[in-house]
Amino acid sequence: MSEPILQIENVSKTYGARRTLFGRTAEVQALKDVTIAVHKGESFGLVGESGSGKTTLTRSILHLETPSAGRILFEGQDLARLSPADLRRLRARVQIVFQDPYASLNPRMSVRDIVTEPMLVHHDILGLSRTQRTDRAAELLSLVGLGPQHLSRYPHEFSGGQRQRICIARALASGPELLLLDEPTSALDVSVQAQVLNLLCELQDRLGLTYVFISHDLAVVRYLCNRVALIYRGELVEEGATDAIFDAPKSAYARMLIGAMPEARVRREVS
Amino acid sequence: MAGPLLRIRDLHLTMTSFDGAAHVLNGIDLTVQRGEIWGLVGESGCGKSLTGLSISRLVPTPPARYIRGEIRFEGRDLLQLPMREVQTLRGKRIGMIFQDPTTNLNPAYRIGEQLVDVALAAASHDASVLDCPADASRREKRRAARRLAGDMLDRVGIPNAKARLDNYPHEFSGGMRQRVLIAMALIGRPDLLIADEPTTALDVSVQAQILKLLKGTVADHDIGIILITHNLGVVAETCSHVAVMYAGNIVESGPVEEVIERPAHPYTQALMAAIPTKQSKRGTLKGLGGSVPNLVSPPPGCRFAPRCPLAVAECTQALPSAVEVGTAHHAACIRVTGTEVASDV
Ligand SMILES: Nc1ncnc2c1ncn2[C@@H]1O[C@H](COP(=O)(O)OP(=O)(O)OP(=O)(O)O)[C@@H](O)[C@H]1O
Ligand SMILES: Nc1ncnc2c1ncn2[C@@H]1O[C@H](COP(=O)(O)OP(=O)(O)OP(=O)(O)O)[C@@H](O)[C@H]1O
Ligand SMILES: [Mg+2]
Ligand SMILES: [Mg+2]
Repeated sequence: MSEPILQIENVSKTYGARRTLFGRTAEVQALKDVTIAVHKGESFGLVGESGSGKTTLTRSILHLETPSAGRILFEGQDLARLSPADLRRLRARVQIVFQDPYASLNPRMSVRDIVTEPMLVHHDILGLSRTQRTDRAAELLSLVGLGPQHLSRYPHEFSGGQRQRICIARALASGPELLLLDEPTSALDVSVQAQVLNLLCELQDRLGLTYVFISHDLAVVRYLCNRVALIYRGELVEEGATDAIFDAPKSAYARMLIGAMPEARVRREVS
Repeated sequence: MAGPLLRIRDLHLTMTSFDGAAHVLNGIDLTVQRGEIWGLVGESGCGKSLTGLSISRLVPTPPARYIRGEIRFEGRDLLQLPMREVQTLRGKRIGMIFQDPTTNLNPAYRIGEQLVDVALAAASHDASVLDCPADASRREKRRAARRLAGDMLDRVGIPNAKARLDNYPHEFSGGMRQRVLIAMALIGRPDLLIADEPTTALDVSVQAQILKLLKGTVADHDIGIILITHNLGVVAETCSHVAVMYAGNIVESGPVEEVIERPAHPYTQALMAAIPTKQSKRGTLKGLGGSVPNLVSPPPGCRFAPRCPLAVAECTQALPSAVEVGTAHHAACIRVTGTEVASDV
């Protein structure tokens, strides 16, 4: 296997309790001693129930959150030790699609501005002219199933799923190598989801991207990822090749998740 | 039998945007009885949220304009009622879980306070919401409301719920915030609940718990629910009925078993083929070819025709009307044979 692009070593994160009028809020241990290695060019799935610490982990990878213990390495370099300039360069190479497409789009920015912003921020690396940026934005929009006619629109004019696609276009704008996808398709209908999943596969094959794909939809994870880690209440409970986990789950949690998959009558092939 | 809880007829809505008026709802017909859970499904942008928001009268006019049609809640047309009355109905009788959890929780107030406020407001209409006598002191009511808030958070699956009432929204995960909104809507004890993608950010086990809670609420309080979702698995497990939307039209509707076992409309069939299964090989998932039409200048006739594998020239001539293809099962497609439905059903 190729060398790891991302190493998460013994990472823990605790949110402290606070004193309030009615007593104290609970202390939350969002991550407990998590160790994961993600290799170049793979799709790594991170599955866990709501509140199990998945977003906390991605925020830590982006250095938006400081772990209480442990370290995170990108290509062997400890994030906590990078200079601000290096950290900035790193951010062009690691991009995220956030879980909440509503909160993450600035309502006052047009779609053009939203999608071209990362190209501006990383102008020193990308060096695109204004027209090149607009062209690239239009190209990215068609890639995600929207079009150049949407460039001058604002986020409120789009439905939930359309906004999520704008977020994906924005994440691809700086030409990242590692993409953190926090539930990127849960707001999408099956047809757009199929388009986006196929798009992600295609981009990966073409550009050699690495994905950390967070989802609670096991069918989607199975479709896209070659390896999976399951986290439960902040702890890593099982990790391995996707097929192995689905065919012979070892932990009780994995068996429960697989058992609860809404297999359902819809799964019958319709010709 | 009493009239239906909700009856939408021939609802047409346009949205004015940069490049003209988009005809986003193009003649919606939907009837919901008490005890029913209707799934509203369809591709992104087909008008599901706008249908739900129209019932709550939360679509801003302008840019929106209602061209024709009616939305009758227990017989009264919400489009004709004065806004004041709509507002009381919305707080009291029609509940809504929004697709967008962050903007609907106030970031400046603790989760518990926001739930307590809803419980106290609900109790002022219906004292039985709180587990305390109607003439209890304010302090007692507040305490009962806080108990209810804790219980409800627990029932939507927040671990250690009571200890987390004093957290602020940003201290909750995405899925936890979504569940706070569900708890809030259920505390309000509505007669009609519109739930827009209530479980999209949730994992399967929590999702199952929420769906069970919704079903239980229908059974206990005989309410009606419209569940907006793109997940046909959720519909199959939760709903009694389903309506499939495409580009502003309901193209197929009926009892859930019927529609899922025997999808009649080519669009419904295509949607079902796009779901990943165990057998799906990487990169081979069948999305629908083409994309959703531009609603400013929609294609003539059946709006699905340009993407439809079965389309013939005749399809572009007129908007197909619904025909009955099974018991209470309707599809709007001229390639489907069935009995013409009288227009005043
Ligand atoms: N700023 C914060 N202060 C206090 N607690 C927090 C904060 N951010 C997250 N938490 C808590 O940490 C835990 C993990 O949250 P996280 O957002 O990582 O979950 P998640 O796995 O992404 O869940 P979901 O699938 O619902 O998005 C939760 O219990 C959450 O309430
Ligand atoms: N304020 C607005 N101005 C212009 N167009 C709008 C506005 N709000 C919604 N639309 C358009 O109306 C159509 C229907 O939107 P709606 O939000 O109802 O979709 P939806 O079916 O809920 O989709 P999703 O599954 O993605 O949430 C979309 O094409 C959207 O772009
Ligand atoms: Mg999250
Ligand atoms: Mg919507």
